[in-house]
Amino acid sequence: MHWSSGTGCRIRIAFVLLAASGFPGLLRAQAPQPPPSRFVVAIDAAHGGEDEGAHLSGNHLEKSATLAFSVRLRSLLSARGIQVVTTRESDQPVSINQRAEIANRANAQACISLHAAETGSGVHLFVSSLAPAAPVHFAAWKTAQAAAVTRSLALAGVLNSALVHAGIDVTLGRTALPGIDSMTCPAVAVELAPARGSDKKITAEPDDADYQARVATALAAALLQWRTEARQP
Amino acid sequence: MIPRYQVILFSVLVLASVAMGVVLWQLQERAHKRMLAGEDSAPTKAPEVASAEQATLLVANDEDNSLLSQVQSLPLPSDPGARARAVLGRLLDLYASPNSTHPVPGGASSVLQVFLLPAPDVAAGPAIAASSSAPVNASSPATTPAPDDPNSPQLAVVNLTGNFAASHPAGLEAETLTVLSICGTLHANLPRVTEVRFLVDGEPRASLAGHADLTRTYFASDTAPADLTHP
Repeated sequence: MHWSSGTGCRIRIAFVLLAASGFPGLLRAQAPQPPPSRFVVAIDAAHGGEDEGAHLSGNHLEKSATLAFSVRLRSLLSARGIQVVTTRESDQPVSINQRAEIANRANAQACISLHAAETGSGVHLFVSSLAPAAPVHFAAWKTAQAAAVTRSLALAGVLNSALVHAGIDVTLGRTALPGIDSMTCPAVAVELAPARGSDKKITAEPDDADYQARVATALAAALLQWRTEARQP
Repeated sequence: MIPRYQVILFSVLVLASVAMGVVLWQLQERAHKRMLAGEDSAPTKAPEVASAEQATLLVANDEDNSLLSQVQSLPLPSDPGARARAVLGRLLDLYASPNSTHPVPGGASSVLQVFLLPAPDVAAGPAIAASSSAPVNASSPATTPAPDDPNSPQLAVVNLTGNFAASHPAGLEAETLTVLSICGTLHANLPRVTEVRFLVDGEPRASLAGHADLTRTYFASDTAPADLTHP
């Protein structure tokens, strides 16, 4: 087939226009993509508003301890160049569905749900008890985490290593928590329990600033490690 | 003005109604006396005390987030529902005792009832799909196995008191351990129980004390020790 010079010119112009209108983006979408350079961590300070959460010692409330912990962790991550999305920045009520919506909309590579309790010791890491499932285009809201459970377990492993390295007691478990069960990102619930000595006596409460800073530093180091692993092809 | 004959008729009807009521009441009294006279109310059989049996309790430990198997001897009724309630009662009595490894106030009276029902087919049940570990096809109908099959799996519905939920220590670990120890204990003593659901004062409740989800169905396999390396 022969094209006239006028036709060839029109085709060249059409290619230029397509290139300018984002057609290369469509082509790139079909090619194998490199790992995303945007790394976002979603931090969910549990409870808030009328939902006070657990009552800690000294009339302190879980909702206040988690908010302080969230602010501390966010600052550390931001200082390390990690983009952070939080579900709340003040003592405001946020529903469980809203928390998952915020995390899912941010397309986060790690979701950390922060809790505090008076029972147990050290840090409790919980991953959703949903059975792993293959990713689907339209995931059920209550079981959206199923497609990410395997990566959540890997994230819990990285957090566990960093906390143990920092000399913090860690217990691991699986749980049914509606907030993280609806998240599509690798999600781990971090419950801060009192630090205890070898005689089981409490050495630091969950709302203790130094204790929170120690745990937040370990979590920030773990999330840096997680970012490095996520960027590896 | 009401005609005279209507007034008379009405009065007669009222009197007849009252008379019939009196006669009925007398007949009922007479029948009741006849029944009592014919019934031998003398105790002929001593009340049975269930014999002590071995029961396996999965006892939670807050220190290491574990469930430890503990065998105890306690009287167990033959009825499966009452048996389940007795076993859970002993478990919650342990938690309410001093020096408990998982302190939770309330004790045995915190379990109002345990209902045992045929378990829906997990592979096909949308009711389970909404809350189960594995998302399944929601378009397929739920099926239940034959209730008279002695090997068919059962769903236990545990009805807890509102006071138990209100006084339960809030926390992910504490609440998860309580739920899993109840599920594990039920399955250990009634192996047909493969699924457990919870009610509080007869009503569905979002969470036990703000964390552990009580709207979902728990499976006996959920009580396996946490293994974070193998999903």
